[in-house]
Amino acid sequence: MEAKTFQQGIHPHYNKELTNQKPLHRAEDPEEVLIPIQQHIGAPAQLIVEVGDEVAVGEKIAEAGGFVSANIHSSVAGEVTAIEEKNEQVVVKIKNDGSTKQKTNLEAHDSLADVTSSDIRDIIQEAGIVGLGGATFPSHVKVSIPEDKNVDTVILNGAECEPYLTIDHRMMVEMAEKVLFGLEAIMKAADAQKGYIGIEVNKPDAIEKMREITSDQSNIEVVPLKVKYPQGGEKQLIESVLEKEVPSGGLPLDIGVVVNNIGTAVAITEAITEGKNLFERAVTVTGAVNNPQNLIAKVGTPIEELIEQCDGFKGQPGKVIMGGPMTGKAQNRLDNPITKGTSGILVLDEEETKDYSEAGPCIRCANCVDVCPINLVPTRLVNLVKEDMIEEAEEDGLMDCIECGSCSYVCPSNIELVQRIKLGKEKLRAKKREQ
Amino acid sequence: MEETSNLTVSPAPHIRGPESISEIMRSVIIALLPATLFGVYYFGLHALLLVASCVISAILTEAVWEKIRGTSGSTLDGSAALTGLLVALVVPGGLPIWMGILGSIVSISLGKQIFGGLGFNFFNPALVGRAFLMASFPKAMTTWDWEAMAFDWKVFELTSGATPLASQAEFSWTGSGLNYVDLFLGKIGGCIGETSVAALVIGFLYLLYKGYADWRIPTAYLGSVALLTTVLGSRGPIFHLLAGGVVIGALFMATDMVTTPVTKNGRWIFGLGCGFLTVLIRIYGGYPEGTSYAILLMNMFVPLIDQYTLPQVYGEVKANG
Repeated sequence: MEAKTFQQGIHPHYNKELTNQKPLHRAEDPEEVLIPIQQHIGAPAQLIVEVGDEVAVGEKIAEAGGFVSANIHSSVAGEVTAIEEKNEQVVVKIKNDGSTKQKTNLEAHDSLADVTSSDIRDIIQEAGIVGLGGATFPSHVKVSIPEDKNVDTVILNGAECEPYLTIDHRMMVEMAEKVLFGLEAIMKAADAQKGYIGIEVNKPDAIEKMREITSDQSNIEVVPLKVKYPQGGEKQLIESVLEKEVPSGGLPLDIGVVVNNIGTAVAITEAITEGKNLFERAVTVTGAVNNPQNLIAKVGTPIEELIEQCDGFKGQPGKVIMGGPMTGKAQNRLDNPITKGTSGILVLDEEETKDYSEAGPCIRCANCVDVCPINLVPTRLVNLVKEDMIEEAEEDGLMDCIECGSCSYVCPSNIELVQRIKLGKEKLRAKKREQ
Repeated sequence: MEETSNLTVSPAPHIRGPESISEIMRSVIIALLPATLFGVYYFGLHALLLVASCVISAILTEAVWEKIRGTSGSTLDGSAALTGLLVALVVPGGLPIWMGILGSIVSISLGKQIFGGLGFNFFNPALVGRAFLMASFPKAMTTWDWEAMAFDWKVFELTSGATPLASQAEFSWTGSGLNYVDLFLGKIGGCIGETSVAALVIGFLYLLYKGYADWRIPTAYLGSVALLTTVLGSRGPIFHLLAGGVVIGALFMATDMVTTPVTKNGRWIFGLGCGFLTVLIRIYGGYPEGTSYAILLMNMFVPLIDQYTLPQVYGEVKANG
């Protein structure tokens, strides 16, 4: 199959065979959920419930704290038992009473013809939908196109380049209609004429299914992509599909493009057609568990409950990661809840959990230079950051780093390149705030 | 849950590639084995002793420095062994053992550790050692001890103890019986590891296959030597490429990661500079061989080259334009 791609990048082991043929299925509801009121980029949401309140499934419990923010909804029905601080986050504890009582402010619409583009934006905003690929940027902001900008293209990101994760894959195979409806909704909201679905060629069944379902649509194209990390990075996806580059410091919007994740498209579809708020999501639970699966789980479900539903740890766990192995976050506790941004739970056993804390010297092998998809010189940026030459690092593209982690992956000395670059970005932002 | 306290929390990415410093060093050493074996086979037992003592003394010197500096880990990572091996490969097969050992000690000490150890040196350590030996023992470093050789190729009777490069003024090329095939295979006088171009190329291809070598520097280096020697009309490009240390230099010295540019354009410039200087020294300079000084000189320019050849960041032009 002819496949498009971007420059540089890496080829880690993908390990998708653990779950890529396992259909999505619903996880058992937890007895108690822990819902953080900030699960997105932007302002935290404002609580609108108190301890003792009874809430229904899908009922709003926190209101967006601004335009760049998102509503938070309860994922179970029951009583709010506590509002507390956990991992420096306000979380709402809700005891599940087992009832299926629902509440939503949204109506169900049968077809896109029944809604205007501003309706769609409002629905997305009300449903609290954020980028489900892991970035968690509020989706209604993405499709609110400023007056001076013009969007002609929407790309759905079906690359799923993070190793181990297979939910986007399963959604494309099992919910192709919802994926397509979501894409058309986003196109309508953004007033875009052209739609693309970029899919890595390691998902031939997804490519086939999406091609089949879009065959009579001349304005929507399925684009096979080479299997390479970070193929699903927003900028890389645009480079692969359109052969265009997003300006440094700019947004895809600047070249008339909006990119959305497969899961986000499905959530948008369900909000429009079922009036469903975003309170559950697909999660690949994989790695060192006895029965790896693709689950649809309620936001706020503790990690340990999902691991138990996958028949527990296989061997002694060393690391539990929320997200994929390249950009996910290692968890300190197993009672941490999954959030809107949790695309996977990956368990590495003790043997796979390597200690990278002892970095060797940089031997200038240039591996990091040769793989950086943004064409940075990571080792140089790290040295500049270390010497506190932040402005020089900025000139050399510090803020352009997409934090994909390819540099750290290939470093023979195990230098935490991407981590130090992230710290450098923080330093630079702090410095700018001071000025 | 009881496991909770045992979970490792560390930054992403949580998986890493298989490469390590020792793996890279081991691969380069393996890549040099064909040339080393040929050298030993060709120059005899003395060459074997020289290689062994250079390698061991380099490792011991590294160990002493680690002791002094209170660091650990680099003694056996293969980098010191590699430096020792490279020193041995760029000295004549008949060089007294103690000189080889001294060269190794100087390579590790003045070429590497004095700058802060692996990764911090500006100059190729093995070439620092060779430069030291050339300056200290110019006669020994340019005497090709045929007695020590195991094999009596016919060509040596004719070249009578000089390397093809050193002797180029003394005999007529066409009548010498020294032909390109012999030059390529290595049936010529010279340093232990430099004579067989074939063995060096085989080793380098292995490194390319493993992904531990850059092709740009050798291409630019050898390409510019070929071009310049064609233009400057001195004995032609094939002779200059096959004779002397330019091949081992281009394939294994000018590609040393630590002392060469990290940017792709920088690697081209570095290779071109090496080729240019090598030819200038060979044709107009006082030495018959220019490779090591050319590379050492270019080593000095590496920070500058890197600084001015930073690649264009994704999306940069459009933002400015």
